[in-house]
Amino acid sequence: MRSLIPQLSRGDRADPAPSRLAYRLNRLLLTPLFHRSLRIGLPLCILAISVAVVALSPERRETVALWVEDVKLSVQQRPEFMVKLMAIDGASDRVAEAIREIVPVHFPVSSFDLDLPAMQRTIAGLDAVARADLRIRPGGILQVRVSERMPVVVWRQRGRIEMLDVTGQRVATLDARTDRPDLPLIAGRGAQQLVDEALELVAAARPLDDRLRGLVRVGERRWDVMLEDDRRILLPEVSPVRALEQVLALHQAQEILDRDVELVDMRNPRRPTVRLAQAAAENLRRIKQIEMGVRTE
Amino acid sequence: MTALYESQRAMRAMRKAAMQRGVIAILDVGTSKIACLVLRFDGPERFRDGDGVGSMAGQSSFRVIGAATTRSRGVRFGEIEAMHETERGIRTAVQAAQKMAEVRVDHVIACIGGGEPRSYGLAGAIDLDGQAVSEQDVARVLASCDVPDFGPGREVLHAQPVNFALDHRSGLRDPRGQIGNRLACDMHLLTIDGTVIRNILHCVKRCDLELAGLASSAYVSGVSSLVEDEQELGAACVDMGGGATGLSIFIKKHMIYADSVRLGGDHVTSDISKGLQVPLAIAERIKTVHGGVVATSMDDREMIELGGETGDWEHDRRTVSRAELIGIMRPRVEEILEEVRARLDAAGFEYLPSQQIVLTGGASQIPGLDGLAPKILGQQVRIGRPLRVQGLPQAASDSAFSSAVGLCLFAAHPQDEWWDFEIPTDRYPVRSLRRAVKWFKDNW
Repeated sequence: MRSLIPQLSRGDRADPAPSRLAYRLNRLLLTPLFHRSLRIGLPLCILAISVAVVALSPERRETVALWVEDVKLSVQQRPEFMVKLMAIDGASDRVAEAIREIVPVHFPVSSFDLDLPAMQRTIAGLDAVARADLRIRPGGILQVRVSERMPVVVWRQRGRIEMLDVTGQRVATLDARTDRPDLPLIAGRGAQQLVDEALELVAAARPLDDRLRGLVRVGERRWDVMLEDDRRILLPEVSPVRALEQVLALHQAQEILDRDVELVDMRNPRRPTVRLAQAAAENLRRIKQIEMGVRTE
Repeated sequence: MTALYESQRAMRAMRKAAMQRGVIAILDVGTSKIACLVLRFDGPERFRDGDGVGSMAGQSSFRVIGAATTRSRGVRFGEIEAMHETERGIRTAVQAAQKMAEVRVDHVIACIGGGEPRSYGLAGAIDLDGQAVSEQDVARVLASCDVPDFGPGREVLHAQPVNFALDHRSGLRDPRGQIGNRLACDMHLLTIDGTVIRNILHCVKRCDLELAGLASSAYVSGVSSLVEDEQELGAACVDMGGGATGLSIFIKKHMIYADSVRLGGDHVTSDISKGLQVPLAIAERIKTVHGGVVATSMDDREMIELGGETGDWEHDRRTVSRAELIGIMRPRVEEILEEVRARLDAAGFEYLPSQQIVLTGGASQIPGLDGLAPKILGQQVRIGRPLRVQGLPQAASDSAFSSAVGLCLFAAHPQDEWWDFEIPTDRYPVRSLRRAVKWFKDNW
């Protein structure tokens, strides 16, 4: 029976029972599928709608893009990210100058705008640079560590004089041979590909140090050792160092190079051939005729 | 009869579906409180580690994940009296239990305390012609039990086969596959008032829940508070609730008798209220805090402040000695126990081999009841508490929750009832396929 006048006697607490609607809603929330869709689906839905609202209008899209660009720039331009100067280590003044010339950076610049791999490629592309390491040091310094190529030979080719390193890479152009008299001279086509063999030959030819003028690559297959007074030693294609040592042994034993010899031909190492100078050859013939008792005019 | 079987089978199917889903609720609508437990079934022995007999005799396949109680309203003598009030109470309990369990429940198993349960013993027998007993024979012998006329408006709540006999051998638990000439069975039938079932069904429906089972609360409290050998040797469980006292007799692990006395703890409270001229709420508090049934000389000196908020100073400052309170409570408790004794005598309890009586339920917590009860019920009386089940909160583990806990066990391991067996083929419709199969089996 429902009393006509709602009685609220003292100590009578409110009815703890949920209403039917509250009870049903509660049960609906406890349904796993519904609960999951509410927890994951609803935020996803709101996100999708807001993205769609922005993306469907070009003006809003532009505004958002501008805003994003603005924020990005304001972060990038913070003083913590600015690079103020470039420090170059391990390079001679000329190379450092060249690096500063080819790396077109105007400091100060944000480190986000620096394309370090490309700069590294550019610097490593210099002939005089063997290896370049770039990094941005704390404090806003672009640190370039360079190891230069070591020139080991001078290569004369078609009127140009260039310095090469061990691998045959060009290091720099020389104005005159006399700029680097300490380096051995090589010449001929294909000589730059065999710099290491040339160095071995030069090392082997140390006993005739003062007479050695240089090495000539002949026909891109073998070496000629050029000595002073246009004398030559023709070396074979295979194991030229052994052949050169053989000649030096002959020289030690018989002083062959001190004689009036134009050319020592070692192209066939088992049969060394010597060409005398014109005058020496005539002298030799005359001596032979005298020995044989032939009268001459 | 057939309609009831249909509904019982439907409830069984629903219980299976709920077990498959893994969550089921237990609803104990009592006179003084409504309790709701949410059980989770995770397959057999999920919560167990190690070998051997499982914890709690293998009853641990479920876990209580939600529990809630609320004050009951609109229930008298274990029967629903004001539907809307009760429905609101059920809603409160179910929502709180769901909140604790964080899961939605759709199926409930409920128990009924009132409805004037009546027990009937049924017997049936068939001839077998020396053949092995098949499932169909069991179905036939169950069908051959002649059902007594239990009157209009009454529904069958339990119909459990308690005994099978094959020729001269009795006490068979499972006669299938054995050979004999004559198969007999005994069945225990429990009927209650149909309107009580209908009322609780309506309340549960109004709460958007599906009823997946019904049990008598006297039966389920016996299941939870009798230990195994008491159930085996013969014992009575007396569930002293708020509005009704249920009693059930067990032997050989089957319930053979159930009854209820329409007296309970609420009557004690109302006696106190009338005797001491205090409101029911204060009477209930005095009963639970100071109550007792055996007076000693100490109790004459212990004075209880009655309190009150009438504004009359003299009236609000009255005191009463504990002996006086006991003098009010004891006659009513004695009356309840004597009524129980009368019911047990009527059921022939004294012929059982063991006559253990276990008192449980909220009213069994009155101090001194273990001294009073043996004077009326006999020497073998103990105060029982329900079995411990996994995950049950401490607050819901006292004897007032024995029927709720019993319902948990009932949900996990239901007893075979009549409607769980096969239907005899001759009861099938004429054009049934199974009837054709039976004809083939008989003639080939």
